[in-house]
Amino acid sequence: MSRQVIFNILRYNPQLPNVTPHLQRYLLEAADGMTLFIALNEIREHQDATLQFDFVCRAGICGSCAMLINGRPRLACRTLVADLPDENTLAPLPFFELIGDLSVNTGKWMRGMSERLSVWLHAQEMEVDTRRIEERMDAETAEAVYELDRCVECGCCVAACGTARMRPDFVGAVGLGKIARFRADPRDMREDADFYELIGDDTGVFGCMSLLACHDVCPKTLPLQTQIAFLRRKMAAQTIKSAGKKTSLR
Amino acid sequence: MSESVFLAETDLAARGVPSRYPAWLDVLQSATGLFLALFMWGHMFFVASILLGKTAMWSITRLFEGYFFLGASYPRLVSGVAACVFLVFVAHALLAARKFPLSYRQYRVMRAHTRAMRHEDSTLWMWQIYTGFSLFFLASAHLYQMLVWPQNIGPYASSDRIWSDGLWPFYLLMLLAVELHGGIGLYRLCVKWGWPRLSRGLLKKLKWALTAFFLTLGILTLAAYMKIGYEHRLNYGERYHPDTLPQWLLPFAPSGEFSDPPALPPAAEGKEA
Repeated sequence: MSRQVIFNILRYNPQLPNVTPHLQRYLLEAADGMTLFIALNEIREHQDATLQFDFVCRAGICGSCAMLINGRPRLACRTLVADLPDENTLAPLPFFELIGDLSVNTGKWMRGMSERLSVWLHAQEMEVDTRRIEERMDAETAEAVYELDRCVECGCCVAACGTARMRPDFVGAVGLGKIARFRADPRDMREDADFYELIGDDTGVFGCMSLLACHDVCPKTLPLQTQIAFLRRKMAAQTIKSAGKKTSLR
Repeated sequence: MSESVFLAETDLAARGVPSRYPAWLDVLQSATGLFLALFMWGHMFFVASILLGKTAMWSITRLFEGYFFLGASYPRLVSGVAACVFLVFVAHALLAARKFPLSYRQYRVMRAHTRAMRHEDSTLWMWQIYTGFSLFFLASAHLYQMLVWPQNIGPYASSDRIWSDGLWPFYLLMLLAVELHGGIGLYRLCVKWGWPRLSRGLLKKLKWALTAFFLTLGILTLAAYMKIGYEHRLNYGERYHPDTLPQWLLPFAPSGEFSDPPALPPAAEGKEA
């Protein structure tokens, strides 16, 4: 016997400001193994071609289909309809610029954050000699870097973050996680004093109020709580260590 | 005016080197919170000594007044402790206020967020805001009272304050606020700094167990003071003084107060004999 599932989807198109944001109701027959991503495609194909939502990979790799599913940020492609109740509410991720309906521009914010925190490898050599064999990295370090590199920038952690919601200049768990990733990378020449310049204030690691919704909603189950705590300890130690010395820090 | 004033005023200071202050403010917020939470738990045990009897509570009070090692009671010592705690409390309030929702917009966003998310740690943070805000007033009033009238602590003095002076609703509210705030705060300190390295699930269970324990202890203690205060209402103002102390405590009491070694006039008799 097939199950009927209701989706109340928040509809709003900033291009049509005269139409006020409203919930629109869709009824769908659930199929075996159906993910929310498949359900949304069914709705768009058979019920409403104007419904906007994002997807690319269908497999939790691209991070495009993040949305509020019954109030919590999740990836639509990693959510089984079978696990959802009979009536559901879908809304776009808050915090990010709304493109329309369930589609938001996470890329724009992610790019700004990446530039602000310079989250790319700062290697000593600027010129890469492609003829030389790359230096080896031991398996443990590579594993640690890879663990943090799994972030897909879906935006769930930022949308779930009470701190970011109240104070939009907060870099979010995604930003702190990326700093942790490059700090773990032996090829990156930056030291804690350099990282302090990037995240050593209330828009960075000291702004985090440890509500830890980021950790709990991350679709890639990144160890965000321990990584942020680790950065907090390192950044605080950096300051306390330099307290006695005459440095350029004020 | 100095260069630094103009650099700060025009926001150009931020173009130079980073400030150390955010790190210190964060560390101090945690440190003051840790001190206050641990003090509050210790305090709860001292206050709860009334459950062991009036003499027990009287002895604890006297201990902090220096009675057992200075030879007399100096309630001003309690004022000194209250003053130190007050300073730490004000520092913590100032540091923690930075994290409050400071506009209606921020408050509304946070409230809608916690309601939509149904995420325990986020909701608990809202409770920390509510209880923290109420403690601005409740703890200040209490600390001021202890600072100015430290002599009014004791089995009868405290009970009279709670019952005849009608302060029991105040203490009930403060008990709820302080236990919730301190318990949630300590849990958050652990996850914030990543120590001790226990799982969050376990930390959360510990946190609730401790909160339940201290709330129960607090309510029983308050009830005990209310009962004593009610029974003592007709003798309001009278102070408790035990007839005797437990044997092991006697040597510490100032001479002549309880023990009566003069009960050895037989010594004189011996001389005569």
